[in-house]
Amino acid sequence: MNQALLDLGEYIASALGEAITGTELKNDELVLWAKPDTLLKVLKFLRDNQNCQFRQLAEVTAVDYPSREMRFELVYCLLSLTHNQRIKVKIAATEEEPVDSATSLFSSAIWYEREVWDMYGIFFANHPDLRRILTDYGFEGHPLRKDFPLTGYVEVRYDETQKRVVYEPVKLSQEFRNFDFSSPWEGIVQLPGDEKAEKEKEGGAA
Amino acid sequence: MAEATIKPLTLNFGPQHPAAHGVLRLVMEMDGEIIERADPHIGLLHRGTEKLIEYKTYLQALPYFDRLDYVAPMNQEHVYALAIEKLLNIEVPKRGQYIRVLYCEIGRILNHILNITTFAIDVGAMTPILWGFEQREKLMEFYERACGARLHAAYFRPGGVHQDLPAGLLADILTFCEQFPAFLDDLEGLLTENRIFRQRTVDIGTINFDEAMDWGFSGPMLRGSGIAWDLRKSQPYDCYDEIDFDIPVGKNGDCFDRYLVRIEEMRQSQRIIEQCIEKMPEGPVLAPNHKVTPPRRDDMKRSMEALIHHFKLYTEGFHVPEGETYTAVEAPKGEFGVYLVADGSNRPYRCKIKAPGFAHLAAMDYMCRGHMLADSVAILGSMDIVFGEVDR
Repeated sequence: MNQALLDLGEYIASALGEAITGTELKNDELVLWAKPDTLLKVLKFLRDNQNCQFRQLAEVTAVDYPSREMRFELVYCLLSLTHNQRIKVKIAATEEEPVDSATSLFSSAIWYEREVWDMYGIFFANHPDLRRILTDYGFEGHPLRKDFPLTGYVEVRYDETQKRVVYEPVKLSQEFRNFDFSSPWEGIVQLPGDEKAEKEKEGGAA
Repeated sequence: MAEATIKPLTLNFGPQHPAAHGVLRLVMEMDGEIIERADPHIGLLHRGTEKLIEYKTYLQALPYFDRLDYVAPMNQEHVYALAIEKLLNIEVPKRGQYIRVLYCEIGRILNHILNITTFAIDVGAMTPILWGFEQREKLMEFYERACGARLHAAYFRPGGVHQDLPAGLLADILTFCEQFPAFLDDLEGLLTENRIFRQRTVDIGTINFDEAMDWGFSGPMLRGSGIAWDLRKSQPYDCYDEIDFDIPVGKNGDCFDRYLVRIEEMRQSQRIIEQCIEKMPEGPVLAPNHKVTPPRRDDMKRSMEALIHHFKLYTEGFHVPEGETYTAVEAPKGEFGVYLVADGSNRPYRCKIKAPGFAHLAAMDYMCRGHMLADSVAILGSMDIVFGEVDR
């Protein structure tokens, strides 16, 4: 399984040339890094090539890394029933640059990309129906971004006097608590106070 | 007289409708009785599970999986446990694997009974649901005896299952298996040759091989279209490779074939359960790595180290090394996957849940076009939609 995937990765990289910027094999799972402008070419190749036949798009999702320059990582999980293999194609994306929609290649991408748009705000060009899908009608923001608060911005309740559901800003009776579990003792090379000893040593030597 | 042109009628179906299987809102454009376009509005049960999981430790996130597809909760936990085990590289003891497979198959029967009987009620048969729920009740008692909860089990843990089975449970499951085929025969007697049921399902919502692949179908939806693909066989996890069972496939890919596939899968599940009980080895049910799995209660009374492990596990939780995985299992509804990204801390950085029902419902528009209004209910019933997993 492992060797077969390794060979497959090499084969795809050599066949597609510059469209593939890197391949990784981790935990027996093959990841291909592609460029946004040639993404559709890569997906088409993976779907139609006899040695690949990744005819099912199992998943499209994104991961948000706010510290990166291209903050989103867009992941396409493909499945080949013929060869019993899985592959992941990744591209880096931003909130400004639209990504070409894969709906022309896989119909299942219609809803997957709608979900990514809803949750992350990555825009897909040439998508037939890019509406929000999971969030409320009239919802603002993209909830799975790391800078979106867990509690959200608005809450709803039924107002007895107005006889309708009203939206209000979230009121927390207790401040949201985010526990820091990283141990203060791990990763510290120098304990506080030790720098004095170092200085004395240096001073003594000089 | 010139024919009058009629503007298509927009019909709102749901979200509060017994045949909507939960909270589906279906906006349909009708030309008389014919559906021209069906637009499912989902998300009315969206709870932000994936966001919540990012703020919980790995173990705290596990019970959220019960609440996705609440018809077969343990199958969901299974994929999450497998994903963590893959990232941590831990091995589950044989007995733990067999218990998991046993309970996954109980989950499959639970799911298929609910689906077939509610499907039957949607197309006009009342009795199956009354009979089916008696069987479901028995199965949920087995859930309760193993983990204390009928639905939200939280029984599968990274490294195995939480506790060993109580004495006598396996014998009772075997007794259930003995009477179960008779129930299936009765159920089939009500439906399979039933003229009304056939008229409502045969050649309705037909989907062929290429369409099923294109729309990302899995599970009985794919097998109903004649594709022998089952992750339990093709990418076996836990001890499925040691068990003998068959994969039923349909021929025409219509609602009736999907029904037949599910009936046969229940018979196969019963076979798997019997084999699991027969082959069930003795031994531990949880991996002995106490950096991940909790120590035994009586060890904690005597061992300081066990006590520290317990305290650390239930406050801080375990850390998962940096990495990512897409792990999938054959849940009753299809391929249920989890894309887990770990950043080395005690909380998942990203946990994307791939629900089979989501892909199936996406094809609702495609499958309904040109069908009659009443057929949309049959198609929806045969898709096996549970909104817990579609909306997440």
